[in-house]
Amino acid sequence: MASSSTPKYNSLESSSGKRTLKDGTNWEQNEEIPRLPGETRVTDKDVIYMCPFNGPVKGRVYITNYRLYLRSVENDPVVILNVPLGVISRIEKMGGASSRGENSYGLDITCKDMRNLRFALKQEGHSRRDIFEVLTKYAFPQSHNLLFFAFANEEKFSENGWMVYNPMSEYRRQGLPNERWRVTFINEHYGLCDTYPSLLVVPYNATDEDLKKVAAFRSRNRIPVLSWIHPETQAVIMRCSQPLVGMSGKRNKDDERYLDIIREANGQISKLTIYDARPNVNAVANKATGGGYEGEDAYPNAELFFLDIHNIHVMRESLKKLKDIVYPNVEESHWLSSLESTHWLEHIKLVLTGAIQVADKVSSGRSSVLVHCSDGWDRTAQLTSLAMLMLDSYYRTIEGFEVLVQKEWISFGHKFASRIGHGDKNHADADRSPIFLQFVDCVWQMSKQFPTAFEFNEQFLITILDHLYSCRFGTFLYNSEFLREKEKVTEKTLSLWSLINSEKSKYTNPFYTKELNRALYPVASMRHLELWVNYYIRWNPRIRQQQPNPVEQRYMELLALRDDYIRRLEELQITNNSKISNSSASSASPSQMMSQVQTHF
Amino acid sequence: EIHIKEPIKKEVNPHLLPGELLLCEASRVYKYVQEDGSNRGTYGKLVCTNFKIAFLDDDSTSDDNEPQFKNKIVGENDITLQCVDQIYGVYDEKKKLLTGQLRKYPEKLIIYCKDLRVFHFCLRYTKEEEVKRIVSGIIHHSQTSKLLKRLFLFSYASAAPNTTDRRDQTVMFDTLEDWRDELERTKGNVKYKAVTTNEGYKVSEKLPLYFVVPICVSEESILKYEGRGIPIWCWSCHNGAALLKMSAFPKEQDDIASQTQKAFLDGIYKTISKPPYELLKTDDLSSSLPSLQDIQTAYTRFKQLFLIDNSTDFWATDVKWFSLLESTNWLEIIRRVLKKAIEVAECLERQHTNVLLIEESATDLCCVISSLVQVMMDSYSRTKSGFQSLIQKEWVIGGHSFLDRCNHLHKSDKEEAPVFLLLLNCVWQLVQQYPPAFEFTETYLTVLSDSLYVPIFSTFFFNSQHQKDANTSGESLKTQSGPFRFLTVWDWSVQFDPKAQAFLNNPLYAEKPKPDKSQRKTARFKHQRQLSLPLTQTKSSTKRGFFREETDHLIKNILGKRIGKFIYPSDELPSGFREFYDSWHSKPVDYHGLLLPRIDGPEIKVWAQRYLRWIPEAQLHGGGTIATAAKILDLMEEVQNLQVKMDEEHSQATSGDVHSVPMLRNSARLSSLFPFALLHRQSVKPALPTSTWKDLEDEDDLVKRDDEFVYLSDDML
Repeated sequence: MASSSTPKYNSLESSSGKRTLKDGTNWEQNEEIPRLPGETRVTDKDVIYMCPFNGPVKGRVYITNYRLYLRSVENDPVVILNVPLGVISRIEKMGGASSRGENSYGLDITCKDMRNLRFALKQEGHSRRDIFEVLTKYAFPQSHNLLFFAFANEEKFSENGWMVYNPMSEYRRQGLPNERWRVTFINEHYGLCDTYPSLLVVPYNATDEDLKKVAAFRSRNRIPVLSWIHPETQAVIMRCSQPLVGMSGKRNKDDERYLDIIREANGQISKLTIYDARPNVNAVANKATGGGYEGEDAYPNAELFFLDIHNIHVMRESLKKLKDIVYPNVEESHWLSSLESTHWLEHIKLVLTGAIQVADKVSSGRSSVLVHCSDGWDRTAQLTSLAMLMLDSYYRTIEGFEVLVQKEWISFGHKFASRIGHGDKNHADADRSPIFLQFVDCVWQMSKQFPTAFEFNEQFLITILDHLYSCRFGTFLYNSEFLREKEKVTEKTLSLWSLINSEKSKYTNPFYTKELNRALYPVASMRHLELWVNYYIRWNPRIRQQQPNPVEQRYMELLALRDDYIRRLEELQITNNSKISNSSASSASPSQMMSQVQTHF
Repeated sequence: EIHIKEPIKKEVNPHLLPGELLLCEASRVYKYVQEDGSNRGTYGKLVCTNFKIAFLDDDSTSDDNEPQFKNKIVGENDITLQCVDQIYGVYDEKKKLLTGQLRKYPEKLIIYCKDLRVFHFCLRYTKEEEVKRIVSGIIHHSQTSKLLKRLFLFSYASAAPNTTDRRDQTVMFDTLEDWRDELERTKGNVKYKAVTTNEGYKVSEKLPLYFVVPICVSEESILKYEGRGIPIWCWSCHNGAALLKMSAFPKEQDDIASQTQKAFLDGIYKTISKPPYELLKTDDLSSSLPSLQDIQTAYTRFKQLFLIDNSTDFWATDVKWFSLLESTNWLEIIRRVLKKAIEVAECLERQHTNVLLIEESATDLCCVISSLVQVMMDSYSRTKSGFQSLIQKEWVIGGHSFLDRCNHLHKSDKEEAPVFLLLLNCVWQLVQQYPPAFEFTETYLTVLSDSLYVPIFSTFFFNSQHQKDANTSGESLKTQSGPFRFLTVWDWSVQFDPKAQAFLNNPLYAEKPKPDKSQRKTARFKHQRQLSLPLTQTKSSTKRGFFREETDHLIKNILGKRIGKFIYPSDELPSGFREFYDSWHSKPVDYHGLLLPRIDGPEIKVWAQRYLRWIPEAQLHGGGTIATAAKILDLMEEVQNLQVKMDEEHSQATSGDVHSVPMLRNSARLSSLFPFALLHRQSVKPALPTSTWKDLEDEDDLVKRDDEFVYLSDDML
């Protein structure tokens, strides 16, 4: 993924033999480009890369079934572009056969990861048509009846990421099932709800028959099920879709009773709190299409709050505006008001605020919480997973976070395929929306505010986002567990967590301090929210932050020094104990060692 | 509603400094706690002295949890008279600015401080007589103009003669020797000399006693226009190029006079742009940077955003936060100043030209730019003593009018401008962008900015060296014991005990590998980064600038290409600048070499520690940069302990446990406001925005759409 237009990371020339690149790709000797096992070369061509930062770059572009790789031919140091085809959202031809201007004939590629690529080509032969067709075919396999690269990928990893999430053991970790909550297999063959996982946790006092009746009253049968239980208060976070109230204000006794059972299950007498993620007006408007929200008359034991988070279309437009102000150039004047006008951080603020409310209610309000939006797979997933991240420190570890994503997003049917448009050429599809990106941004904001609370680092989050698009792993493919099972994803593809867990140290935050049972509430104020520059503006060499982070590096040096001391001390003690009092030549004096790391105390 | 706690009957007396006199007091004053929106608070006594306004809590005389970071001079509930920014009275829920004489006394007093604290005092339970006395006392002593000699500085200095012997390494620049050492350190002594022409202030009262000029400049020229039109040396770059400043001639009505001045200037330029001197570039800062008025206006608006009354206020301003910030223009000014400093650095470093900064008095923006350039180019200025010496050189001795710019005497609002704060804000940007490059921390900068308002140090309470000298040698100032001397702010032990001083030192500072001692003093600071820079031909722009048309013409004729100006419109930059900037940023950072700030929009940030430190809504429990800083400190302590163990082992002393447990600071529990606001109660409730979502004006159709437009069930229709 490390495509870079600046020289600094591209000293790829001099070495020989097999190397491992930043993205984990192996590079065999005598090969022009790095390739993954299972990756095959398709074509290559001389082009001019219209780098928005350094101007036109003459180079050769190689296309495989996984990536587009460009290496400059004249620049020193070499300019490299290394782009998985999965990030491509749109390929356009620019200029016609009669175009006159210099470099005005070629291809314009829009990417999902906040950049565009422009290549100028020679106006002879069918050079452009060929490359356009190859690119289109491999970038949009779904539109060409081809498989994703993930199915051809033959990489081997020491860890198997598909083993990371086992719903049963995750629920057991939470202390479930217990006398009030049971595991149901009613959805084993996805008969109750085809966008839910097969294994669900529901109140002990609700029968499978009850569940079926409730399903009839919930949009797409997404009934309220348990996401998380508070170990002390026993209050729970439930998730579901909107009730099918409709214009006529329909009621459903089973649904009403079911919500009451949920309310009672934590042994408290307080009301059940329902958070409807949508703005009030949208929830009302949904009645016109058969949806709606839990009315006061029908649910007297529930309190309903709207969280005012906007829909997927608003989020998509907001990100588009953000791209406009950061790519290719960062808005020079009026940066702050430009940033404000994208509303991106305001949306982040609202999502975080919603999640804080959910978490706070469960942990201190001692009341169970039900979260839904319209279908319960976008805003709902954001809210439940962020609230869980705030309440349960397990999810702040590397594996815990993987479990969280696997559980609240992947298994509960966040429509990754539709929202990302994996391998699909319909770039303007209204189903696309950066909902998961927004969630990861919220996580980043939290990790920024609490730099010692998360086991993972920024690179971990960026890697997840890179492979959200890359189609190298099966992790984010398809819309539901049902479809993934049908496509045998776990058998035929690799998990992203295999890559990450095989090289955990790369994704570990050295400042991480394990703290159990501490609720972590970020401050959802614009005073603290910042634009995630290292992600959104990472292609701009002028903005790039220092890598590695100097503070982190310093800390690592100190850690190494400490370990060295401990080791030497042990050696010394052994030496001293065995009464060989002549001090050994091998150990340097402590003051000498101190001077290696010039730190002043 | 206020829940009244019966105050404990106990006489609480203010802690007074030597020379401090109690002027008035009021009891049963209720101070609201800042932490939440409730009316919780404590009763106490409000006093006003000739040094401070202080609130004495009735029941906290035996506070056993001593904070880790405490100012010995100015306590948590102390406001020095110079630190008071604005005072408001509340009458029937309405806020009114209090300035002069009052007819009616308020129920509540709100004091906004220059260090951004906000105090709310309720006077409803205080005797009317006491209210009158304390309110008018506070207003009189903190808001009305006073004579210099009435500053607490003088009472303190006569009551507590300064007996501390300074072992600190800060160079004060009040002797000829200091200037000569600086010339030697920077290898400027070949072409520049320290002069004694101003002894007895016979040249000018604005100039320091000693300063440095090009060797070829004669004493007569210096004397001719009281030092105006004379290039004064600031610093020499490793390649010999020098940074100079010059006080410009005021606009002259008289034609003949202005002709003579022009001729004089031309002569000077001619002399100092001939070899061995480098090519000269001039920059008139009064036209290439925002005016002092702009700076004052921007900061006044900016600080207002952080003087927050309550939680509602906080969240109401949060909605439009970015545009509010932008409308103050403060961050943009910081950006422009940083950009200017990079331009100057580029001329010195890459083009190898001398740079002459011009300003009317050469004591405001000249100080900002020359200090910043040195911080960026001279790693010595990034050590604590180096930075302090720099402030002495450019600001204190350099003649920045601290008294007027801070308006310490409330003489004239027109002179007020936060020029020094602007420098600290710019330096902070560098500190946060390059943490390992500085020996000091942002906390150091914050307490330094607070020290601007502590009138026991002379550092920031005079307009010039002359003013200080004149006021020290006067007959009226006699002390019983020994000479009359002021304290300097650089003696940090006056304000902080050693434990607290530790917070001023940066644990991440990558100390320069020490060369052997003989070289140390005159060590050259080579910038490895520049050695590989492409060399481009110097292009001198003569488009527009300081000189008026005819002079411009004249100079071109006389001097040919040896003088250039570089005043660029803010958006248009010469390619040299961009190339210099980009090329530097594409290489790894050498923390002991040249340091260029990143100045793109997203990189310029709000100095959160200084501006958000008292706002409870903004605090992160267990978060913020302090969380990592504390971890680093813990680890360093552990390493130190291990080192001691190792030494013991080497000397075969008794050995204890190998794995000693470091003293845990419990970093996770520190608040991001640490080490400042000492909130006594840690709220477990998260802060929730109370402001409402504003409309997405132009996206109405999108907002109203459903996520996926599908009719959910046909039978519903």
